[in-house]
Amino acid sequence: MRPAKFSLIAAAAGVTVFAIALLAGSDYLFFAGYVVLQFIVLATAWNILGGYCGYVNFGTAAFFAIGTYTSVAMHKLGANPGRYLPAHLQYLFPFSVPTLVILSGVVAGIIGLGMGYLTLRLRGVFFAIATLAMAVVLQTLVINWDFVGGARGAYVIRPDAVTIAGFRLGYIQYLFAIMLVLAVASLCVARLIERSRLGYGFATIRDDEMAAEAAGVPTLRLKLIATTISGAFMGMAGAPYPYYIGYVEPSGTFGLQYAVNSIAMPMIGGTNTWAGPLIGAVLLGSLQQIATVTISSAVNLLLVGVLLVAFVIVAPKGILGLVAEWRRAREKP
Amino acid sequence: MTAPLLEVKGVGKRFGGFIALEGIDLDVQPGERLGLIGPNGSGKSTLVNCVCGTLHNELGSVRFAGQALDGLPAHKRTHIGLARSFQLPRPFMSLTVAENLRVPLLYTVRRRSLLISSPQELDDRCVELLRHVGLDAKARRPPSDLTQVEMRKLELARAMAAEPKLLIADEAMAGLSHSEIEDIIALLLRLNAQGITIIMIEHIMRAVMSFSQRLAVLVSGRKIADGKPEDVVNNPEVVRAYLGQ
Repeated sequence: MRPAKFSLIAAAAGVTVFAIALLAGSDYLFFAGYVVLQFIVLATAWNILGGYCGYVNFGTAAFFAIGTYTSVAMHKLGANPGRYLPAHLQYLFPFSVPTLVILSGVVAGIIGLGMGYLTLRLRGVFFAIATLAMAVVLQTLVINWDFVGGARGAYVIRPDAVTIAGFRLGYIQYLFAIMLVLAVASLCVARLIERSRLGYGFATIRDDEMAAEAAGVPTLRLKLIATTISGAFMGMAGAPYPYYIGYVEPSGTFGLQYAVNSIAMPMIGGTNTWAGPLIGAVLLGSLQQIATVTISSAVNLLLVGVLLVAFVIVAPKGILGLVAEWRRAREKP
Repeated sequence: MTAPLLEVKGVGKRFGGFIALEGIDLDVQPGERLGLIGPNGSGKSTLVNCVCGTLHNELGSVRFAGQALDGLPAHKRTHIGLARSFQLPRPFMSLTVAENLRVPLLYTVRRRSLLISSPQELDDRCVELLRHVGLDAKARRPPSDLTQVEMRKLELARAMAAEPKLLIADEAMAGLSHSEIEDIIALLLRLNAQGITIIMIEHIMRAVMSFSQRLAVLVSGRKIADGKPEDVVNNPEVVRAYLGQ
């Protein structure tokens, strides 16, 4: 399938999802669906570096938080423009959420590039530890940054509804739609990468960097491209979060759940293709939402842990790996 | 005599206190078939790594086709026409055999010219290269399905896919049977006939003697002989290095 055709189908699927959610008429569906979509974006973004290139990033929460806190900072500037900004810039504020998403993507992308430059000489566990360390450093910075609330956290009061082209949309529905667009975009980008020259380059980095260099692949440059794209999408996923949750504070935003989930989801789905993170995120994300309502919200990470262990033992290549194996077995009687 | 294609001058490399290479001079003429031999640990692979950019030499300089290579990363050296095969085959395990060849085509050949552009042409080129080494039947298989000799052929095919001016075959024949060695030698001779300069690093003397026009010998990081194969193997210093006194 050509990328353009895939994008059209993905967009159509997105519109369908949104229409079904609207028809169901429950705000809770949007509230829970938002989280699942957010994890589709995070898992897909993680997979671009972790699955395609083989560099395990434990710093998802940090990139997510970069997006979140970019939004908080801009929101704060916009809430009180007379105090912080010169007159000729005030008309720009407050930013709309889509603008914040793009801005957060740029900021997180740049930080991703910088992080890549500093850490990509490391491989394996050393790279993973470096990303973990970066998350701790950023969290410490945010805790001590009073403008965005520091350790106290910050409240973001969101409007009730937005009106787009004369169509009134509840704010949670609006955020859901934004996250849906992001999810579709991230999947399209992931698939585009997979089928392109870049995808082959990423695969060679995952397999054998020395051989990749010998085949003419500029490994450092490709790894920097991967960290930038991956970081940018994680940041974009974090941008609408303050409006979704209403109150953000560092320990929640830098929470373990983001790092663990965005690793577990591609692992469970399968890391070599765009569909893996999608399957993993939908499956695990929905399960978590169901568990939150039916059992307890504390059971979330336990669920992820148990599933991850089970998959590592039973299907180390994820659900897609299992399917591929089963197909191969059927072909060879 | 024309200008050498590869010019190694006074190259030295240490690993901590161990001197792996010391003052190596080596010129390779365009179209030449050079054999590089030496006992285990004599620095052959280190020299290849310094030439190909996998390692960086602390002393001396390497020039290729008139261009200084010092400080140039490995992939850029591949782009200007310097290809190598690895001593232990290092195929890209998650790609198919054909896709393994696609990588240098996409990243090296396409950089030089836009002649190969459509996916169809890429596929054709992969098949052509695979047929050249006799692997066309396994194009869609993963490299893990290949035998040892096929793995070596894939390694050579991948180096050839980059359309190099100079090919360095690092022990492409270790552990292979007689007929398999003949296979690989025939392949290398065919490449040489197409105008590709080849440096063969090998322990198997029969292969080196039948292939090389010139022979260089490394012992303990120093070049102790360089010349016609018949003269070099009778050189007393070489005999001493190989057999002891």
